[in-house]
Amino acid sequence: MSIDVERIRADFPILTRTVRDGKALVYLDSANTSQKPRQVIDAIEDYYARHNANIHRATHQLGEEATEAYEGARIKVANFIGAGSETEVVFTKNISEGINLVAYAMGNAATAGPEAERFRVGPGDEIVITEMEHHSNIVPWQLLAQRTGATLRWFRVTDDGRLDLSDIDELINERTKIVAVAHQSNVLGTINPVRLIADRAHAVGALVLADGAQAVPHMRVNVQELGVDFYGFTAHKLCGPTGIGVLWGRAELLETLPPFLGGGEMIETVAMEGSTFAPPPHKFEAGTMPIAEAAGLGAAIDYLNALGIDDIAAQQNELLAYALKSLTAVGGVRILGPTEAEDRGTAISFTLEGPDGREIHPHDVSQVLDAHGIAVRAGHHCARPLHRRFGVTASTRASLYFYNTTADVDALVEGLRETQKFFGSA
Amino acid sequence: MQLESMYQDIILDHYRNPHHKGLREPYDAEVHHVNPTCGDEVTLRVRLDGDEVADVSYDAMGCSISQASASVMTDLVIGRPVKDAMVTGDEFLKLMQSRGQVEPDEDILEDAVAFTGVSKYPARIKCALLAWMAWKDATAKAMEGSDA
Ligand SMILES: Cc1ncc(COP(=O)(O)O)c(C=O)c1O
Ligand SMILES: [Zn+2]
Repeated sequence: MSIDVERIRADFPILTRTVRDGKALVYLDSANTSQKPRQVIDAIEDYYARHNANIHRATHQLGEEATEAYEGARIKVANFIGAGSETEVVFTKNISEGINLVAYAMGNAATAGPEAERFRVGPGDEIVITEMEHHSNIVPWQLLAQRTGATLRWFRVTDDGRLDLSDIDELINERTKIVAVAHQSNVLGTINPVRLIADRAHAVGALVLADGAQAVPHMRVNVQELGVDFYGFTAHKLCGPTGIGVLWGRAELLETLPPFLGGGEMIETVAMEGSTFAPPPHKFEAGTMPIAEAAGLGAAIDYLNALGIDDIAAQQNELLAYALKSLTAVGGVRILGPTEAEDRGTAISFTLEGPDGREIHPHDVSQVLDAHGIAVRAGHHCARPLHRRFGVTASTRASLYFYNTTADVDALVEGLRETQKFFGSA
Repeated sequence: MQLESMYQDIILDHYRNPHHKGLREPYDAEVHHVNPTCGDEVTLRVRLDGDEVADVSYDAMGCSISQASASVMTDLVIGRPVKDAMVTGDEFLKLMQSRGQVEPDEDILEDAVAFTGVSKYPARIKCALLAWMAWKDATAKAMEGSDA
């Protein structure tokens, strides 16, 4: 079955609204956050209207139903990403918190028991990331390095927007404690060879975390086949609500990883002198969690499964090829990252020159597009080092999802030509 | 149309042909300011001659609004008493925070009234204010330096 975009669009109420004085909305900012289908909105409303209660601790029917909504979502997530068990699925606020969870828990390992030995980080140890990471997968590691005296190192990026793997054996070595890498770049669209990197990391005894924020919405992900130790994503980019994310971790690691946030629900027993902790995943879920959001995430996964994640991937690849071809046909467009649809997702970042050869700043590009109802993102997209690498401070990013059409791409191209006209005339 | 209300001809003219651009010697203070939302950056130098703004020179990277605003600002402050120039700066700040709700005082703001349309776009207000904030900061530093 292939994707029937026109039918799907009817599921997304927001796609029928107009913006900026009656312009039809052309939403090309899904890598930032995706739109939500009626099914997800309804699931959240239904949760609040009929089942709302606190989970795990409420001893009444509503409490049971709320717990079921929350824990049921955990099972859906586990199946969706090929986890061995739902106890490997930790709910967080977003992926940024998931990455911070691992980084802070590793920092806490110094004062934890001997079981946490393998997470300890100190002077002489190395943490490896890449130049194409989102700030969420850079800053937590910088902070961990600062707290522990470890050294932060990174993979470079080639001119065509791929990871430069030429120094992988030197970069990932016996001193490496953890390697953190984006599964798919939010700027370049590049899909990285996570399995290859994970194999190298494991050969030297390092841990591996993959940032799946951009990958999970677009392709079938199997965390076990990827060979990673930790994998994170964020619900709002796959048609789910804001306020909830997922950190998957291998069971034996979550057992011994020290806790991050302390509070209610993450404990086993508490005495004034000290506490013991609940088994994972609850050990990492302190306080009242985003329950309605979990219900919404569960509905989003149901929705994607009903469409078929492989069909989504196929439709996205076709649309991507069309978009790359259309954009390169606009004189003055320079795409950052791979210009072929292979091993590449649907985030397309680019710079635009006017007819005079002078670059039109991304904020000006997005302003003109916005006036035409076209929503894109302008700036460094939380990846400043990567933009520096390409010699620019900012770019314009158009990002596609399965509810986008070739007509949306055509509108973008038309909008870019208008932009050139607007800034070109002297 | 809305676009023209933001990108007034005056703004586009200053953007295409910026005034007083480039970093010049001598100077009393230099600052570097960035606008994190947009990536606009400005390095700005101030030279004072007693209580007068003798020169403002700058190197700016960024969007048309931030560049044009820097250019208009130098026209408005160079050669004037610091006190008077600060009054203009405060008036501009008020205009940018007005969400398009106040009638700008053209006697004080001159060409800077062209930015009235920008104040309706929250995401762009920082672009317009960047150079002004840098100038105020550099001027404060220059005055500290001369007190010492
Ligand atoms: C690759 C990548 N990592 C991390 C994030 C952060 O996601 P969140 O803001 O939901 O934590 C994003 C999205 O902004 C992203 O694209
Ligand atoms: Zn700007």
